[in-house]
Amino acid sequence: MSQKTYAGITVDVNEEGYFTNPSQWTKEIALEIAKEENLVLTGQHFAIMEFLRSRYLGGEPLSIRSINHSGVLDVKTFYQLFPGAPLKKATKIAGIPKPASCI
Amino acid sequence: MSTEVDYRIKKVNIICAKGAIEDVYATLVMGNGAVMEGIETNIFFTFFGLDAIVKNRMDKLHTGVIGNPALRLPGGARMPSLLGVIPGMESFTSWMMLKEMDKLDIPPVSEFMDLITAGGGKIYACKLAMDMFKFKKEDLSEHVSDILTIGEFYAHAGGEGSQIIFT
Repeated sequence: MSQKTYAGITVDVNEEGYFTNPSQWTKEIALEIAKEENLVLTGQHFAIMEFLRSRYLGGEPLSIRSINHSGVLDVKTFYQLFPGAPLKKATKIAGIPKPASCI
Repeated sequence: MSTEVDYRIKKVNIICAKGAIEDVYATLVMGNGAVMEGIETNIFFTFFGLDAIVKNRMDKLHTGVIGNPALRLPGGARMPSLLGVIPGMESFTSWMMLKEMDKLDIPPVSEFMDLITAGGGKIYACKLAMDMFKFKKEDLSEHVSDILTIGEFYAHAGGEGSQIIFT
């Protein structure tokens, strides 16, 4: 376990940079992590991150398929918003652990 | 002098030649998993694997109940091969498998293809197998980008960090 400082707040992260304590997350922090990933966050980014956070905090598994049931956006848009590995990137920026999902 | 070599997988080219549930899903899970990791993905369906991309067959795949020694009954006992000849046993077993997979958020074949293509993964059909089974382009799902000869498949599969996987 290590620590990182974003927007003046020190947070606990694992060796890959994923939050180990999601309650330390704020929107200002998200903007700074996104910068590390070369992303500029929009309302759509935040909307889907809210979905991921509420799903994670509710104990439900995260999958790429679940994005289609978010009511916020579809999988195609998700891939465009977080290019590359979207579920990994989005959870990292959303301050929740990396999903252990194969789907 | 040492040189840093990047051995990461950058592209996967998966070949699926069989049309049972487990064959097709192994392909789709690996393909979708690659897309999710940002790996360039080509999936090539040939021979019986074509059933996975034929519109009116893709969501009706079965699993074999005869000659499948790993098939077990609920509870873990081996399923006697003779039970496999009971009418409806194959349909029932296949239905059970799809139901169990749905509980794990594993989607039906057509929806799986939606996920893969939404992330930029490409689905291809084998020209020779299409000719052999007398399929036409109209028979294929809209997820299929193209019908390829094997030479064209190899051309698509080239590149540094590229792997060909035969499921």
